[in-house]
Amino acid sequence: MRVAIVGVGMHPFGRSPERTGLQQGAYAARLALSNAGLQWMDMQFAYGGSYSSGNADSLGNELGLTGVPFTNILNACATGGSSLLAACKEIQSGAADIGLVVGFDKHDRGAFNAHPSEYGLGDWYGEAGFMLTTQFFAAKIQKYMHDYGVTSDTLARVAEKAYRNGGLNPNAWRRTPIGLEEIKNSLMVNDPLTKYMFCSPAEGGAALVVCREDIARRYTDKPVFVSAAAMRTRLAGAFEVYGTSVTLGNVPNASEQASRAAYEMAGLGPKDISIAALQDTEAGAEVMHMAENGFCEHGEQEAMLRNGDTEIGGRLPVNTDGGCLANGEPIGASGLRQIHEIVLQLRGEAGQRQVPGNPRTGYTHVYGAPGISAVTILQR
Amino acid sequence: VGQSDKSRAIDAQLFTWPDPNPALLGSRCKTCGFHAFPLVAHCTLCGAVDPEIVQLPRRGTLWAWTIQRFMPKEPYRSSETPETFRPYGVGYIELPGALRVESRLTEANPAKLHIGLEMELAVYVHRVEADGTEVMNYAFKPVGVESRK
Repeated sequence: MRVAIVGVGMHPFGRSPERTGLQQGAYAARLALSNAGLQWMDMQFAYGGSYSSGNADSLGNELGLTGVPFTNILNACATGGSSLLAACKEIQSGAADIGLVVGFDKHDRGAFNAHPSEYGLGDWYGEAGFMLTTQFFAAKIQKYMHDYGVTSDTLARVAEKAYRNGGLNPNAWRRTPIGLEEIKNSLMVNDPLTKYMFCSPAEGGAALVVCREDIARRYTDKPVFVSAAAMRTRLAGAFEVYGTSVTLGNVPNASEQASRAAYEMAGLGPKDISIAALQDTEAGAEVMHMAENGFCEHGEQEAMLRNGDTEIGGRLPVNTDGGCLANGEPIGASGLRQIHEIVLQLRGEAGQRQVPGNPRTGYTHVYGAPGISAVTILQR
Repeated sequence: VGQSDKSRAIDAQLFTWPDPNPALLGSRCKTCGFHAFPLVAHCTLCGAVDPEIVQLPRRGTLWAWTIQRFMPKEPYRSSETPETFRPYGVGYIELPGALRVESRLTEANPAKLHIGLEMELAVYVHRVEADGTEVMNYAFKPVGVESRK
């Protein structure tokens, strides 16, 4: 049995000094509940997570202390995906019929400064200057450009598309288009990635109401079904964030593993997908994740970006809501933001950024430290 | 290589120190042959206990790289201040027959770095503690370039 998403809600991403992270989560939860015509007291369970804004189950203080079994999920960038996965299993096991999935966060400005001990690494790793996710993504795309002939023009096109799409999304943080030359010529942060090719830690909240497939139409006439939800962690020797070493040869990474599992679970392939949300914490990540999730061969991104294939009107629209680049990354909420966007697109409710042609099948993908990935495939 | 009376490695298990010809220390699984860096107590591929400790090759080639252009926040610990911070190279060095290790690079000029460049181990002074102790870290430098103190 598939699980249905019958309500979605989001607190705008960006900077919201008037609200705590928890309050942004509550805001998103209320919207998702009202979107499904339901109340918090109707929820039989909840799963949620936040990296920097406290325990998700503190939402009881905002929404009501109903005694609901609320489980905190903390799984880095895969927090939202892991919460949805847990909710699906809860429903599929027959333990519950309907529940809430929620994520929120409020991060400080500047790059994340995680501590090595949280990742099973020695203090030396941080002291010596390796504890930066940006370094990994930069080194990986640098190698990718060398191996597959991708150019910095393509990186700039990804970022330019993100800010342009963000301009069409009232919930996005960065809504002002930035030109290709300005992106390319902005401050170099980690070669070959410039300032405007990176997303920033941010704030926001996102929530979903999920239920059994057979009761979905009680709450909406446009249910969206979870055909697959998969999560994978890194394999020994793969090239991943905070990796002190990489084995000789080629080990599939967490994204490739999660993607493969999701396609298998859904009984679908990349050609069946009409719209995708791919982790784009920086412009190079979107490029590499296109291939790692099966949407093209390595190196084809150069022509695809030039041809506009991943634009809202293209053959495979990618990150139609502006992605992490235009929305920033509140870790707990970011994966659910992708799902929120795909649900709107499949319902035909994405407004100015609606993908034409009544898309039927959507795909979401997150990737983060220390090599963790979650993928969902959603269908109407 | 700076080698004062008082020096210590940034982590005692990372490389041989003090040593006039230091080498990185890795694990090699006695069951499946899988290499790891830094040392592990169990093979991360097959789970076998007690991998042997091996000195990793001192020379290799640049496999992936970037330049760290902003000064990292804590837990970064060097003797630098925001005023004296200098960008540093970071990358992975492919060590033949072993594995690819993440490392700082002594070179931070992107025009002088390219994938496939021959690199060799260079231990350097990463910071000096209040009592004068030099804290040594490992890096790789392009072969044929004099290491700066």
